[in-house]
Amino acid sequence: MDLPRIFPFGEGALVCESPAPATLACQKRFWAMAAAAQQWPYVTEIVPGMNNLTVLFDPLAADVDALAKMLAKAWRAAAENLKPGRLVEIPVCYGGESGPDLAEVAQHTKLSIEEIIKRHTNTEYTVFCLGFQPGFAYLGGLDPKLATPRRAEPRVAIPAGSVGIGGTQTGIYPASSPGGWQLIGRTAAKLFDPMGNPPSLLQPGDRVRFTIASQTTITI
Amino acid sequence: MIEVLRAGLLTSVQDLGRKGYRMSGVCTSGALDTLALHIANRMVGNAPEAAGLELTAGPVSLHFTQTTRVALSGADFSATLDSLPVHAWWSFPVEAGQTLRLHTPKIGMRAYLAVHGGIDVTPMLGSRSTDLKAGFGGLNGRALKDGDQLPLGTTPPSRHSSDALHMPAFGIKAPGWHRFERLNPRAENKTSLHGAPGTSVRVLRGPEYDHFTAAAHEAFWSEPWLITTNSNRMGYRLAGPELKRAKNLELLSHAVLPGTLQVPGNGQPIALMHDAQTTGGYAKIGVVIQADLWRLAQARLASNLYFTECTITDARIAYADLQRYLAQIEFAIDQQYQGYAQQAKALA
Repeated sequence: MDLPRIFPFGEGALVCESPAPATLACQKRFWAMAAAAQQWPYVTEIVPGMNNLTVLFDPLAADVDALAKMLAKAWRAAAENLKPGRLVEIPVCYGGESGPDLAEVAQHTKLSIEEIIKRHTNTEYTVFCLGFQPGFAYLGGLDPKLATPRRAEPRVAIPAGSVGIGGTQTGIYPASSPGGWQLIGRTAAKLFDPMGNPPSLLQPGDRVRFTIASQTTITI
Repeated sequence: MIEVLRAGLLTSVQDLGRKGYRMSGVCTSGALDTLALHIANRMVGNAPEAAGLELTAGPVSLHFTQTTRVALSGADFSATLDSLPVHAWWSFPVEAGQTLRLHTPKIGMRAYLAVHGGIDVTPMLGSRSTDLKAGFGGLNGRALKDGDQLPLGTTPPSRHSSDALHMPAFGIKAPGWHRFERLNPRAENKTSLHGAPGTSVRVLRGPEYDHFTAAAHEAFWSEPWLITTNSNRMGYRLAGPELKRAKNLELLSHAVLPGTLQVPGNGQPIALMHDAQTTGGYAKIGVVIQADLWRLAQARLASNLYFTECTITDARIAYADLQRYLAQIEFAIDQQYQGYAQQAKALA
């Protein structure tokens, strides 16, 4: 794997980025780097992205050139120590009021509703990174047959816990927000709890499996 | 306790921000003008991290049920304590039963109120700041409403606690509207926060600067950028010439920061603020330097923003300068308190 590009982002951050597409192998290196970089002096925050890692530091104390060298070194060292993440099961109530767009996904994909649920639950997803809103996970691994374009008109408010498909991605809205993804179900799982430690249920590197929940488990 | 009689358009509990949780998708929040809140806290004897109020537009009325000390900073909202006028960048005692009223700013955009002991809401993820979008922190995760009750901290906030309540009112010169303007040559004639047509901020080239056309570069640095009224604590949506890209590459999302100038497909930049999401996939033409983020925060909606190019070295010098300035202000406030303590001792 080629050495990623390292470039400044403002005076207090460096981005370390590999060219698209985002792959799991590449992403695993960034998680290992993130863990290492978190321990470095003057590093204040680390933010894994898709195929990249951003390191925030104190612009007055840190030596930027030294930090860039440490990132490059960490990238080379990262391949050896890859630990698989936790497996997190997320029970989803598919269709009906919980998944108002399931029929639309069926129409677009030309798959039956049963087949969509089967394919959505039969896959092991990987959390690539978190962003967009607190606890929102960018998941890798959606069955390409389930890919469905976003809704032409985004909804003003999507209920918390909604599970959706947006293009080739799938994910869960941790909190109520506007959004354009096709909603296929909903989970009662709490994706983000500001009183929790860590606050986010999912962490980069975790593996996710959706399971079929009974209708009664949804209490939102 | 402070009773909120009138909450105003957008008043929220904020401190210096929530740090260390970006990797969980949690934004910084916190005072947009951190410099103003930091200084106001020092002026009431608090640690800089104490929570205060950020006001975006008045009128706001706050009733005090206990004797305390407050400081106002940031934009001057023509405040009155009962019927007496009180200025911004002043620290003064407040008696139980008094009402502080803040009206509208003539210049600048946001005012800050620090209270001795700080606003004592439950810290979440290491901060008392309100995350308005995610709905946690501050007072029940939302902007203040009429009738809210704000508890005040009782634990000694700093070494000046005992003096802070009794000391007479004092003020400091509003920090560096002029001082920081001078660091920015373009700002000399084009901008001033004293009623002039706009604000100038120093900007570093962003990661995708080279994706834009030469015409876009020219326009970016020379044209005024209108801060549209469709702006909030997440971002300032700017309007001006369309910034076209020579390369239109699909980008993978990486972290975005307060001050990032991202350009969506319509070619109109958005300046990200403290409530912005943590990751983004739009092309980033520039980044406002950290030393000028408070100036960006005080730039008014419907006014113009100008971008001045600078280097990373300039940015670091400006940041160091700001830190030095803050240290000088803190020293001056310390002297004020110590002088009072000595005087009180001599009289006793």
